[in-house]
Amino acid sequence: MSKLVRVCTAWQGLPVLAGLVACLVSLVAWAQEPASKPVLRVKDADAKTQDEMKPYTEQISGTEVTFRMTPIRGGKFVMGSPDSEPGRNEDEGPQHEVEVEPFWMGVCEVTWDEYEIWSFEMDIQRRKLTGTKPSELDKVADAVTRPTPPYTDMTFGMGKEGYPAICMTQLAAKKYCEWLSAKTGRFYRLPTEAEWEYACRAGTTTAYNFGDDPAKLDEYAWYAKNSKGKYQKVGTKKPNAWGLYDMHGNVAEWVLDGYYADGYSKFAGKVTKNPLLLPEALYPRVTRGGSWAAPADECRSASRMASNEDWKIQDPQIPQSKWYHTDATFVGFRVVRPLRAPTPEELKAYGPDEMQINLE
Amino acid sequence: MSNTEKKSASSRRDFLKVSTAAAVGGALTANLAAARNVHAAGSDVIRVGLIGCGGRGTGAVSQALATEGPVKLVAVGDAFAYRLESSLHQLQRRKELAEKIDVPKDRQFVGLDAYKKVIASDVDLVILATPPGFRPLHMAAAVEAGKHVFMEKPVAVDAAGVRSVLESTRKAKEKNLGVGVGLQRRHQLTYLDTIKRLQDGVIGDIHTMRVYWNGKGVWVRTRESSPEEIKTEMQYQVNNWYYFNWLSGDHICEQHIHNLDVCNWLKNGYPVAAQGMGGRQVRVGEEYGEIFDHHAVEFEYADGSRMFSWCRHMPGCWDSVSEHCQGTKGSSDISRAMIQVAGKELWTYRGEKNNPYQTEHDDLFASIRAGKPLNEGEIGAMSSMTAILGRMCTYSGKMIRMEEALASNQNTWPTNGEELTWDTKPPVPSVAVPGVTNVLG
Repeated sequence: MSKLVRVCTAWQGLPVLAGLVACLVSLVAWAQEPASKPVLRVKDADAKTQDEMKPYTEQISGTEVTFRMTPIRGGKFVMGSPDSEPGRNEDEGPQHEVEVEPFWMGVCEVTWDEYEIWSFEMDIQRRKLTGTKPSELDKVADAVTRPTPPYTDMTFGMGKEGYPAICMTQLAAKKYCEWLSAKTGRFYRLPTEAEWEYACRAGTTTAYNFGDDPAKLDEYAWYAKNSKGKYQKVGTKKPNAWGLYDMHGNVAEWVLDGYYADGYSKFAGKVTKNPLLLPEALYPRVTRGGSWAAPADECRSASRMASNEDWKIQDPQIPQSKWYHTDATFVGFRVVRPLRAPTPEELKAYGPDEMQINLE
Repeated sequence: MSNTEKKSASSRRDFLKVSTAAAVGGALTANLAAARNVHAAGSDVIRVGLIGCGGRGTGAVSQALATEGPVKLVAVGDAFAYRLESSLHQLQRRKELAEKIDVPKDRQFVGLDAYKKVIASDVDLVILATPPGFRPLHMAAAVEAGKHVFMEKPVAVDAAGVRSVLESTRKAKEKNLGVGVGLQRRHQLTYLDTIKRLQDGVIGDIHTMRVYWNGKGVWVRTRESSPEEIKTEMQYQVNNWYYFNWLSGDHICEQHIHNLDVCNWLKNGYPVAAQGMGGRQVRVGEEYGEIFDHHAVEFEYADGSRMFSWCRHMPGCWDSVSEHCQGTKGSSDISRAMIQVAGKELWTYRGEKNNPYQTEHDDLFASIRAGKPLNEGEIGAMSSMTAILGRMCTYSGKMIRMEEALASNQNTWPTNGEELTWDTKPPVPSVAVPGVTNVLG
């Protein structure tokens, strides 16, 4: 219990945003016994060991929207790229060994269909229309802060149903995960950079998860050469060996880590379990996988892209919104769900940080 | 009219070239130095006053201060203290602006008359970014006092306001004062290139245009969530201004003007008539005042071509903020800078991209320094009037001609010319009923 109290105290220093307190309650609940909280019953979603983990289809209650999750077994891999890899950047080394625990990962990038239920409160609107009472899970989910309305159409004419959500800040992506966790009773979050690369590689050590030949990228990815200048529907190219789509290209994906060009040097020459380099500033933070706008080498498994302030350059308001990167039409995310319940310290690390929350 | 139009369009392009060059290589410095002494009786510094300290006004100041040459923010005004304080706080914490902000307490003005005090604070240029209903009054006062103006769109919410802005524009030209309007697409490289190609006839005669601002809608400031200084009904409405016609002109004016203006630019003119329909289906609470949540309007231009316009504030629907056109030989997605002929891509813009919110200020300030100030007042007034005509049609359900709309005596202002105070009774919100509501007055 003393651990929980410490987390609470740390959070009290933050300005009280609508719902933050309720949100904290929901977060703290994650660290307790899973059996003690309500959960949305979904086939094959439960597992106590990694051998019991199965692919499952998650539901967003009160809507018709679902998305698929697939198990990723825990294991060791070599993170980063060798000096010899064509197109490689310095920040991808030194290569180092990493061990990650089992988790489920979204088969596809989060689509607008899922994202706007949260950002536009479509679940609440639907309940109002049909006169449906909120469930216990809904009540907790309703207390999670939702973003202010976007000024303009954030799809920029590139398509909505079945297309990846874009232009969100890392804060917005994290808040979506919080809401989704509350809504389903299962703990979702952004992947760490290590988890992301482990899942992307799917056991490969090559530049791409299908080999080294960029000529084959067209079969697996939407990138600058074949995207026709826009994102494309998720899950329409070939998946990697573990069944994950669009790990290369389509939209670059937020991870939890801050961007440190020399960050990997900390892990050189040893095996690190669950590495996570927390951000110490608002910028730069890491996105992975490259995008519809990126050349092939920026879509490599080890390639890292750093966020920057220019991603808001066309937000005409001051203060600029903490929810939108108006110019990052190439950035989205996917969710993971760890098998092991997070500790309170981990919960704090995975959630929004003060730099993001206090931005305005 | 078309002559003046062309002239201002070509000079704008020249300035854009100039500012692009400056952005790329700083090659402009010598040019500017020669021109600097032309403005403001020999002083180098352009002294800026901000009237309306919301998010956009604050953003506009940061862009004005980032233009080439010495610029200082010297006075600010807002209806409310909370807005003014947050704006100054935001600006002052930006290190790159620190030396360009000189706004002591005695040049911070709060209240409905703050605009007069800002104008009287020895400024050269004012940024007008209050709710649009105030724009005609503020512009008239600024021009009367001999100040250059940058004003946000729309520049008026009714025909009386449009006529006032046209008159102030004429006076500004006489006095050689600059008038910039926040229709930033006119300063965006993708649009400049695309519109020029379309005007040059690459898709033949343009007969049909489609424009959209379909989105979720914007913020709302309820009575319960308002700060303590909001007490009277007038204060409440001015704070929650988006939802009252006399302040915002409805969202067809406040947002959709951007898309309507692109077609006016393309056609180098304004619609001669319109008819439309609209209503309030989803956003019906008291806190949403009286504006509609959707409008669909057919506009007719003098050459018989049509612009079909849709704007909607409803979450969960098909969204688009864009402009498109069809010609006798092809079509264009103007907003994505793409041109098609015979169903195939003919051209897509692949050039340099700019931040148009910055360029619109670069262009205006450079023109003032060069002694040949831009004047976008008429463009702003007539594109505002286009949106107002659309609203008049959706509110009344009638077909209305531009000339009768522009001559309308209907005036949404709460008084007959007397100064507003916080105790003035604003109009009671009243949702239009098509077929019954009279908009021509």
